[in-house]
Amino acid sequence: MRHLGTAFLGLAAAGLLAAAGAVAQDGSTAYGDIMNDPRIKDHIVGDKHSGFVYATLATRDMQEDDFENPAFTWVSLGEELWDKQDGAMGKSCAACHGAPESLRGVSVVYPKYRESTGGMAALEHIVNECRTERMGADPWKWESDQMLGMTAFVKLQSRGMPIDVSIDGPARPFFESGRDFFFQRRGQLDLACNMCHEDHPGDMIRADLLSYGMGNGFPTYRLKWQKLGSLHRRFAGCNKNIRAQPYARGSDEYTNLELFVMWRSNGLPSEAPAVRR
Amino acid sequence: MRSKAITCALVVLGLAGAAASDARAGDLVEFFVVGNGIPEYLSGQPGDPERGRAVAIQRKKGNCLACHKMPIPDQQYHGEVGPDLAGVGSRMPESELRLRIVNPKIANPATMMPAFYRVDGLHRVGKAFQGKTILTPQEVEDVVAYLKTLTDDT
Repeated sequence: MRHLGTAFLGLAAAGLLAAAGAVAQDGSTAYGDIMNDPRIKDHIVGDKHSGFVYATLATRDMQEDDFENPAFTWVSLGEELWDKQDGAMGKSCAACHGAPESLRGVSVVYPKYRESTGGMAALEHIVNECRTERMGADPWKWESDQMLGMTAFVKLQSRGMPIDVSIDGPARPFFESGRDFFFQRRGQLDLACNMCHEDHPGDMIRADLLSYGMGNGFPTYRLKWQKLGSLHRRFAGCNKNIRAQPYARGSDEYTNLELFVMWRSNGLPSEAPAVRR
Repeated sequence: MRSKAITCALVVLGLAGAAASDARAGDLVEFFVVGNGIPEYLSGQPGDPERGRAVAIQRKKGNCLACHKMPIPDQQYHGEVGPDLAGVGSRMPESELRLRIVNPKIANPATMMPAFYRVDGLHRVGKAFQGKTILTPQEVEDVVAYLKTLTDDT
């Protein structure tokens, strides 16, 4: 494996970026001089790197300015829906939760074990539980503008807070299932998640700079999609790229994988809604 | 690792291993693995290096550039995940090049490199790709012929 020079170690403790094989002595990559950007230090915690570290400078600029970040179109929708009555019980989110700021810190622990179903729940599952159980409203589709807007709006309340999912107690078997998924080769290309996202972050795969595949920026506005999208949509896209059969968004398989991926992201700041390539 | 001794193994793909969900493995052509190589043309005839170069570039075919740097300066982005293929034609005999394309896991079970001529032993292959190889036997030969041209003197 290639190793980095010492040129930019002033930005990060020695060895932090040891896996970033494609980075030249002067910190430049095929994506430009992205490793000398002082902003990355807030997106590196211990040996964990947010996808921000592998984004271009222009993408970072777009994420950091709420007026430039296209995800805020959906955030505005989520903000509207927060106060809007819906369903047979005539309630809005605000009717129970009050001001959205009351949810600060809530989203960073998801996915979380849910007694009522005996499985893991992602934030989307909880939103729909609120809608069907406590509002008497129809559930939203996983990838609908309403769901993306609401999850982005709720996660925005926790922006900058460290991801903090638990894999203890009843969550353990689901964590193990997600971990097994991550290390399972699949598809015609016979690749497992770890082969790119543990073994080769910082290396180019054709025109794409590989990241650690962290989940702390989702829902994320992806330039390729020209849309905000869920982490499960990203999983399905990765699975299709390796010519594997994807699972459904919201499935147990992807929710358990989300738990594993978010556990890997523990400690990184919540960046949702982030912007990525 | 495989022994370098001349172990002649007949690989009849239709019978090899658990066939998983891919039932059409028997449709593949037979080939013989000798040591870490496949000495004979998969298609029965030599490949064309020009076509092989095109297959190496095409994203929906070989897409070798996804992972490997190659001496193809007219293509902008080259992968950094696998070894640089400049000079590979001098480093590896033709039979080993062929095996690395057909199924590199025979030589190195841990490699992340896909097998370009294999349908068995895979997990959850997408519907459109079930029972299909990434490359045809002739495309395999074309890529082998192209890689042979990547010698140290080029």
